Amino acid sequence: MRKTILASLMALLASGTAFAQSASDGKVKIGILNDQSGVYADFGGKSSVEAAKMAVEDFGGKVLGVPVEIVDADHQNKPDVASNIARQWYDTQQVDAIMELTTSSVALAVQAVAKEKKKIDIVTGAATTDLTGKACSPYGFHWAYDTHALAVGTGGALVKQGGDTWFFLTADYAFGYSLEQQTGDFVKANNGKIVGSVRHPLSSQDFSSFLLQAQSSGAKVIGLANAGLDTANAIKQAAEFGITAGGQRLAALLFTLAEVHGLGLQAAQGLTLTEGYYWNLDDKSRDFAKKFFARTKKMPNMIHTGTYSAVMQYLKAIQKAGTDETEAVAKALHEMPVDDFFARGGTVAKNGRMIHDMYLLQVKKPAESKEPWDYFNVLATIPGKDAYMDPAKSGCDLVK
Amino acid sequence: MTHGTSATARTERSASASKTYAAFLIIGLVLLIVAPAFFYPIFIMKLLCFALFACAFNLLLGYTGLLSFGHATFFGGAAYFTAHVVKEWGFSPELGILVGVVGAALLGLVMGYVAIRRQGIYFAMITLALSQMFFFFCLQAKFTHGEDGIQSVPRGHLFGFIDLNSSTNMYYFVLAVFLIGMVIIWRFINSPFGMILKSIRENEQRAISLGYSVARYKLGAFVMSAALAGLAGGTKALVFQFATLTDVAWQMSGEVILMTLLGGIGTLIGPIFGAGLVVTLQNYLATSQFPVTIVTGIVFMVCVLVFRRGLIGEFYASRLGRKLGFEHRR
Repeated sequence: MRKTILASLMALLASGTAFAQSASDGKVKIGILNDQSGVYADFGGKSSVEAAKMAVEDFGGKVLGVPVEIVDADHQNKPDVASNIARQWYDTQQVDAIMELTTSSVALAVQAVAKEKKKIDIVTGAATTDLTGKACSPYGFHWAYDTHALAVGTGGALVKQGGDTWFFLTADYAFGYSLEQQTGDFVKANNGKIVGSVRHPLSSQDFSSFLLQAQSSGAKVIGLANAGLDTANAIKQAAEFGITAGGQRLAALLFTLAEVHGLGLQAAQGLTLTEGYYWNLDDKSRDFAKKFFARTKKMPNMIHTGTYSAVMQYLKAIQKAGTDETEAVAKALHEMPVDDFFARGGTVAKNGRMIHDMYLLQVKKPAESKEPWDYFNVLATIPGKDAYMDPAKSGCDLVK
Repeated sequence: MTHGTSATARTERSASASKTYAAFLIIGLVLLIVAPAFFYPIFIMKLLCFALFACAFNLLLGYTGLLSFGHATFFGGAAYFTAHVVKEWGFSPELGILVGVVGAALLGLVMGYVAIRRQGIYFAMITLALSQMFFFFCLQAKFTHGEDGIQSVPRGHLFGFIDLNSSTNMYYFVLAVFLIGMVIIWRFINSPFGMILKSIRENEQRAISLGYSVARYKLGAFVMSAALAGLAGGTKALVFQFATLTDVAWQMSGEVILMTLLGGIGTLIGPIFGAGLVVTLQNYLATSQFPVTIVTGIVFMVCVLVFRRGLIGEFYASRLGRKLGFEHRR
């Protein structure tokens, strides 16, 4: 007994500040940096800030006896504004961690700043797998989803459900290609077939010729490898052409509850998509969603809930480490399992990827929807280890 | 007799003006040198880059009378060139920026060659169309990495021995680049070449009838403006260590017009203040509860409705400005 006490005392001394049981500057400050006025304002936006504040309140407002503060900024989708604010936050405003970071150019830029300054960043809003690949940071984490998980979810799981012939409608730029390619790989790996694909220019207004090609291809599934307004426009016009009514399925590769709400069930019915969270999944998630709805007048998607989960886990990590010092907190974040209504049995890999279950969802018919925001049927649960890329293959140099 | 006095008055006024200019110049320089002690260095570096960009743009709009709607191509294009050669090919920072400048000048030559054949709105639309082409090129080209951008560009060592990773060194490097750019612009508009540009702005037909080959002068001004915009863009890529699509998007072309208009078209230093205002608004409104785009829009409307000469233009035209000997030449 005495030996163990002695050993733990030694460990205490050895780890020095890590066990000083204090926060460096009398408070813990978390910055939420995202798009609050532009195209992604619905995707994350101010509601993510609200989710972060809820996490702090639920935690008790204090950690290690010091108050926790949330600050937020609108990066306007400009990486230079984001990088400027991130540096200023870390250098002069005593911000300990920056989270959310919608859009990949911003997320990559801020993660580079955080890595250089040895500070924590947790990305929930951006999709690129580079964040935990060649741009990975020992202090950087990727929480809610990524393009790989979306591709596995929609591409792999949908084939198992019988959607074995695919036609892709792809936005004509790098993001579109990589979504198409990754999804296509999983379709083929599951013995599905790709019967064709067509590329449309970014920010297209008229999808009619592309949709007609997709329709005449006879594919069971039409994969939409695009994002935002392009996906919404394609879905609307597909409804007008009666494509879903004719038996073909639409699969959006990056789409969330917020956008389905914007489109309405009439246009979106039958659409298949993958998300890391659905509010109507069980009692715990419903409970959070109700509270969230009371504050923001909308139901949370995976970005909002992911931000809540990230803030919560970060505070727990500070508690566990006994300090808000970066190395110790990052170590705790890597070690601790993530178990809340967002991630059930989630783990954090060495490259910073938080691995948790994803859900293949289908938008309900208007008649099936029992209450406002009751939009999805859960078609399948994709286990985290299948959904996310094997860290060893991610190209991150922290994984050896 | 009256003629004589007014001439003396003018010489006296211009003498007092050059004195005030010198005084303001020195105050400005001192402020810039001590600025990092009071403001966040990265923020002022960004401001200087945009100020130089706006001044380069003003060279075309204010002094030649050409409204280009495609300057993001040169600014963002140079940022990509610099970022690429520094990151992938291991160029030194000064060489990297040079590549950016040359690249932007070449783009300017191509765009200018096509666009100067038309005037007014047609000129603006051609530049817009060409810059959109360049945007889509950057969106799809491999080396730009699409919407991820070129990230983690090393700042490296200037001339092999000045470490630019220190933000103090970087600041004075950016300041030097900015001052060099401004001196070039100043020399340019006060040269015979600049005089001819101004005459083209005032009356193109007359300039032609005097025997000037107007198209060549316009092209020269266009390339010069593009190269200087490239200088600003290349430097910005090193400051922030990335180059992304934001800098080549049409919104950036719009923003630089906004900066120039707010500051004062056709004044040497107006665009600096315009850029300062816009960048500061973007930065400080980001953390406030106000939507940035709406506030900038309102500021623009107020400017167009109430002070059409821009901040500095109005100051020059005001009683105080005239007393100090400034003249607004537009």
